[in-house]
Amino acid sequence: MGVLKTLWHKLGSPRWFYDMSRSWSMIFGILAVLLLGAGTLWGLAYAPADYQQGNSFRIMYLHVPTALVAQSSYLMMGIAGVVLLVWRMKLADVLAAAIVPIGFSMTLIALFTGAIWGKPTWGTWWVWDARTTSMLVLLFLFIGVGALRDAITNLETAGRACAVLAIVGMINIPIIKYSVDWWLTLHQTSSFSLVEAPTMPSSMWAPLLLNVLGMYCFLGAVLTSAVRTGILKREQNTAWVNEVVEQELA
Amino acid sequence: MSEVANTSDNTASRSTSVVVVVQPSDVSIGKQFIGQLIRDLKIGFRSRGDFINPLLFYALAVMLFPFGLGTDATILKNIAPGVMWVLALLSVLMSLDTLFQRDYMEGTLEQQVLHGAPLSTLVLAKVLAHWITTALPLVLVSPVLAVMLYLPGHAIPVLVLSLLLGTPVLSLLGSIGAALTVSVRGGGLLLALLVLPLYIPVLIFGASATAAAANLDGPGYAGQLLWLSVFMVLSITLAPFAGAAALRISLEQ
Repeated sequence: MGVLKTLWHKLGSPRWFYDMSRSWSMIFGILAVLLLGAGTLWGLAYAPADYQQGNSFRIMYLHVPTALVAQSSYLMMGIAGVVLLVWRMKLADVLAAAIVPIGFSMTLIALFTGAIWGKPTWGTWWVWDARTTSMLVLLFLFIGVGALRDAITNLETAGRACAVLAIVGMINIPIIKYSVDWWLTLHQTSSFSLVEAPTMPSSMWAPLLLNVLGMYCFLGAVLTSAVRTGILKREQNTAWVNEVVEQELA
Repeated sequence: MSEVANTSDNTASRSTSVVVVVQPSDVSIGKQFIGQLIRDLKIGFRSRGDFINPLLFYALAVMLFPFGLGTDATILKNIAPGVMWVLALLSVLMSLDTLFQRDYMEGTLEQQVLHGAPLSTLVLAKVLAHWITTALPLVLVSPVLAVMLYLPGHAIPVLVLSLLLGTPVLSLLGSIGAALTVSVRGGGLLLALLVLPLYIPVLIFGASATAAAANLDGPGYAGQLLWLSVFMVLSITLAPFAGAAALRISLEQ
């Protein structure tokens, strides 16, 4: 317990995090390349074709991981918002700012791959059903948070305003999750569940699991790098940042 | 904000013996709520534009649909629930910038934040007054417009009820966005971007309740109305706190 408390206090120091996370990007990056490489190769080349959808289902190996990471990104932004408003932790704001473009891109990729998957499966690029619509809403929520941050010039105010908006928008996450049950339409229900046995054979979902883990590592790599840059930018007038920059330039 | 705080500090230091601190407990929450509500209602009804304009927008926009789609009764009848709801939503959205703007410009809002009385009560009172002056007229006039779009008579009570349940949610959610953007110059479009995604569940259930009522053979509309009630209860209890936090943040800079 004491260790956790110390860690919590240390997280309040951007400098401590900057020193700590020096190698994180590299580690996450290597893991992401390995997992995504193995999962994608396995999924595209060796997994059996679907008996109904043929080979077109294979886009799932990109679609599902990006959709999961997109939702997790928003959740992280909301939690970071709570941390910022309650404990005024600077690092939380840097993280919330850094995650917006990443989450936006992931949502966009998920929507795009979903459209490509929808064409052969449902016969149309776009379907207004619960999940696709929720993802579209998620996209606009990311854009909204980004636009609000741009519109407010004071950095600290912008961060806290975005935190409020992100927390309010978190209402959307359960809506995404339960929308399938609310007005189930064309979209199939979740492919993955932690509590139930998967409905597809292991040779199909094992590569998916690898890709999901790989995509999370990719998120870790990009996010760490973005947060570190954000810290340097925000703390640019402090002595330690000048030291760090001089060291790294030398 | 900082200027006002500084001047009040100066006065306080100059005459330390006569500092009057208004204790929040001087006025009960109920009195604060009623007082704020009456004040805002008076202002709302006196500034005629603020409460006529959303209504005019609603009526004019409904009128555009027959011009765009033709006067075929079956088409109009089918789209009527959705059109009525989308336009009500947009009218509420358009009226939102008057919610805090005037009080912010003239400085009343700052004084109220400094005062220390619960800001969430203030937000709830302001939103209620705003809803009565801008959204309630929309609800009242909606049967007339619905008849012009050939919505069947038996669906009209459901339309009115769904609007009665749904528009307060729109106003309350909108108040959070309005509070966040009150100090942003030209925040109108930004407000739409922030608020419209949050409006979608309300629109879905409101429009589908009306559509279900129009279609006698289909499933009932009670479920959708109950969902709208859930949203209303949730937003009345939670949104004022978010709105208050947002106001505080907006006024800090």
